[in-house]
Amino acid sequence: MNFVLVLEQTLNGLQLGVMLFLMAAGLTLVFGIMNLVNLAHGSLYMVGAYLATYFYQATGSYPLGVLLGLAGTLVVGIAVEVLALRTLYEREHLDQVLATFGLILFFNELMAILWGRAAIYTTLPDYLSGHVELFAGLRYPLYRLVIIAVGLAVAGLLWFVVARTRLGMLIRAGASNRAMVAALGVNVRLLYTLVFGFGAALAGLAGLMSGPIHVVQPGMGELILIEVFVVIVIGGIGSIRGALAGALIVGMADTLGRAFVRPMLATVLSTTAADTAGPALSSMLIYLLMAIVLALKPQGLFPARS
Amino acid sequence: MNSRRRAIVLAAGLVLLAAVPPVAALANQPFYLDLVRRVMIFAIAALSLNLILGYGGMISFGHAAYLGVGAYAVGVLAHYGINNGYLQWALAIGASALVALAIGAVSIRTSGVYFIMITLAFTQMLYYLGISIEEYGGDDGMRLQVKSQFPGLIDLNDANSFYYLVLAILVLALFLGQRLVDSRFGMVIRAAKSNEVRTRSIGFSPYPYRLAAFVIAGAVCGLAGALLVNHTAYLTPEFMNWTRSGELMFMVILGGMASIAGPVLGAFALLLVEDALSGWTQHWQLILGPLLVLSVLFLRRGLAGLLFGKNE
Amino acid sequence: MNRTLLEVRGLRKSFGALLASDDVDLEILEGETHAIIGPNGAGKTTLISQLAGNLLPDRGRVRFAGEDITALSAPARARRGFARSFQITSIYPDFTALENVMLAVQAHAGSSFRFWRPAREEASLRSPASAILEEVGLSGRGDVLAANLAHGEQRALEIATALATRPRLLLLDEPVAGMGVEETQRMIALLSSLKGGKTLILVEHDMDAVFSLADRISVLVYGRIIATGRPEEIRANSEVRRAYLGEEVAA
Repeated sequence: MNFVLVLEQTLNGLQLGVMLFLMAAGLTLVFGIMNLVNLAHGSLYMVGAYLATYFYQATGSYPLGVLLGLAGTLVVGIAVEVLALRTLYEREHLDQVLATFGLILFFNELMAILWGRAAIYTTLPDYLSGHVELFAGLRYPLYRLVIIAVGLAVAGLLWFVVARTRLGMLIRAGASNRAMVAALGVNVRLLYTLVFGFGAALAGLAGLMSGPIHVVQPGMGELILIEVFVVIVIGGIGSIRGALAGALIVGMADTLGRAFVRPMLATVLSTTAADTAGPALSSMLIYLLMAIVLALKPQGLFPARS
Repeated sequence: MNSRRRAIVLAAGLVLLAAVPPVAALANQPFYLDLVRRVMIFAIAALSLNLILGYGGMISFGHAAYLGVGAYAVGVLAHYGINNGYLQWALAIGASALVALAIGAVSIRTSGVYFIMITLAFTQMLYYLGISIEEYGGDDGMRLQVKSQFPGLIDLNDANSFYYLVLAILVLALFLGQRLVDSRFGMVIRAAKSNEVRTRSIGFSPYPYRLAAFVIAGAVCGLAGALLVNHTAYLTPEFMNWTRSGELMFMVILGGMASIAGPVLGAFALLLVEDALSGWTQHWQLILGPLLVLSVLFLRRGLAGLLFGKNE
Repeated sequence: MNRTLLEVRGLRKSFGALLASDDVDLEILEGETHAIIGPNGAGKTTLISQLAGNLLPDRGRVRFAGEDITALSAPARARRGFARSFQITSIYPDFTALENVMLAVQAHAGSSFRFWRPAREEASLRSPASAILEEVGLSGRGDVLAANLAHGEQRALEIATALATRPRLLLLDEPVAGMGVEETQRMIALLSSLKGGKTLILVEHDMDAVFSLADRISVLVYGRIIATGRPEEIRANSEVRRAYLGEEVAA
């Protein structure tokens, strides 16, 4: 367990963290503003990954693939909002959960029909693959650095939009007082559609960036979705700040846990015991973390003002 | 009037279920015996979920956890050569009650969306735990070599005996469930769902009652898990897959939350539709998904509402 | 008649910049009917919520029958003899009227961790509940779903629920709000039948109700109690007339 390894894993944790943040930001915005629990947020992540992969292969241009993938996810997101979710805003959370669960089944199967059930491995263009030598002894994949940079840039942009623009003002006002915003003559419907599409695009961005690291396959969205729930519960529902904090905490805990729990256990337990308990414990780590946070702060670390 | 109609529907359902083994034998279609037995096991699980979801208002998106814990309790004991059914099933019930106590103690402190997400997350944790334990087959799972043994009482290898045992447990669960929701305890959890502030103001702290209901539901679902692993003769973390929790919720909602028998109807509706669709096309989920969305949007009172009439 | 049942000292509660309770001192005597009046936004509901334990104060102490109950939750207070009605009717709409009251009886009649016997068959819950329904004028309405009762009946049901816990102290938040003249008269008659036997704290806008029921009145303005006294003293108090009646005239 040397310094370079720790640093490398920390970067990995940061990379997972920004990915989780892209997902969590959209989900938490949609919940904070429309009071909608959207399980199908993971499906949009998957759609982004598939579309970008498809367009990249079809056009041969990675930037074009990314752009079309993003645009496609935005369109799919808006279509889902207009066709299905719009009617759910006023319904109970239970109904929202069930209906969006139905959507997940639909999207997973749709992707399986279009591109098959098997996992797709996507490649990167040459200028994004390869490693960067951060300093002697640490060569880090360039692409992961790009993800971190994009994620942090989006976080900054999001802060700017929400804190400094008219749209952000409407978003904040809409979250605290819907009727008032509507009374001021703002088209709330359009605002909701925009926010949802925006969240969908963020999820799509996360999905298409994850494609070359993980694999692209039906159901990929739900695995990350549940981790995103942990992020949101830890950070506090409806709070972007909480989403960022929660995402970084979960990203770090998960990555470092997987890397170091087993060797650390091996120093106190026998090797075989550590080999058994290590993976079990590290796979449970973020959930245990969530339980501890909840025991101490049931509303999460940064509860949004009601 | 209503209670009579209800009694007739229930009795008819019972007769139908009891008639499945001879009819399947006559038609030489043992597959149906298998199918209905599986549906009844899920009906027991859905019924247990309905105690907390329909009557208690606790939207648990993690009920499959107890199905898994119950199944693992049986499978792990069998793995070490302990095939005594009384022991296995007692452990299934006890272990799932304990897990429910731990998960409930943390989750019930919260409410609303937090509760939904947390119950889902904890179940996912158990799912990953199941995957990570190589000793019990990891994500491949493992075969249950020998079914639970109840010497002198029943032989689960006999398909008909096993079927009637499941039916008997289902009927017992329905009966006990009805006693429970009508009891003092049941009135308190229903009251806490209906109006929490009022309930606190007359002197009830909902927490211990909710937690107790959560544990009872977990224990009953653990028993369903013990049945399920004997039914499939195979143990896999997939029992705890989050989609399984979603399906259980759907059974409850499809059937109708405000009656004890509703989830049984829901289990039949969902699993039979799934079975029919999957027999027709491999892409059945493409149809089932939108069907479920539509049922949420339009079938507000569930199938029990249609069958039993109003006020149910 | 002059023993202090509830004693409030220095109670303070703020929501952001708004000081809803500003060093409130209050003494409620055993057996009295004590009205709390004040203009809209004076912090009456905030005060009653802190008394009932639905809201915790930022500062100050509440003593009940000599015991410090400041940190106790609403259920714990209810078990010590608090009962509350809400400004917006708070009942179980999907239970029958009788079940509403039976549940309140149940809360104070032994353990509710009983899983076997149907609660509706317990005579020890049913007969006191029926008696209370009759007391509030709802006899014959016991089997009606609470959601289907008329507004005045629902208000009466809420009082019945409160009475069923056999309280030492009743906190009533605008019991005649939203009622017609006739319903109001009936409610006032009901409340005066309770007078003397129980200690009542009454938050009310309806001055007829206040002056016909209250033994003493406290006036709350901007979170502060500006006067406490017998009805005739309050009527004569110039500060009250300026702060409170003045606003009424202006409105």
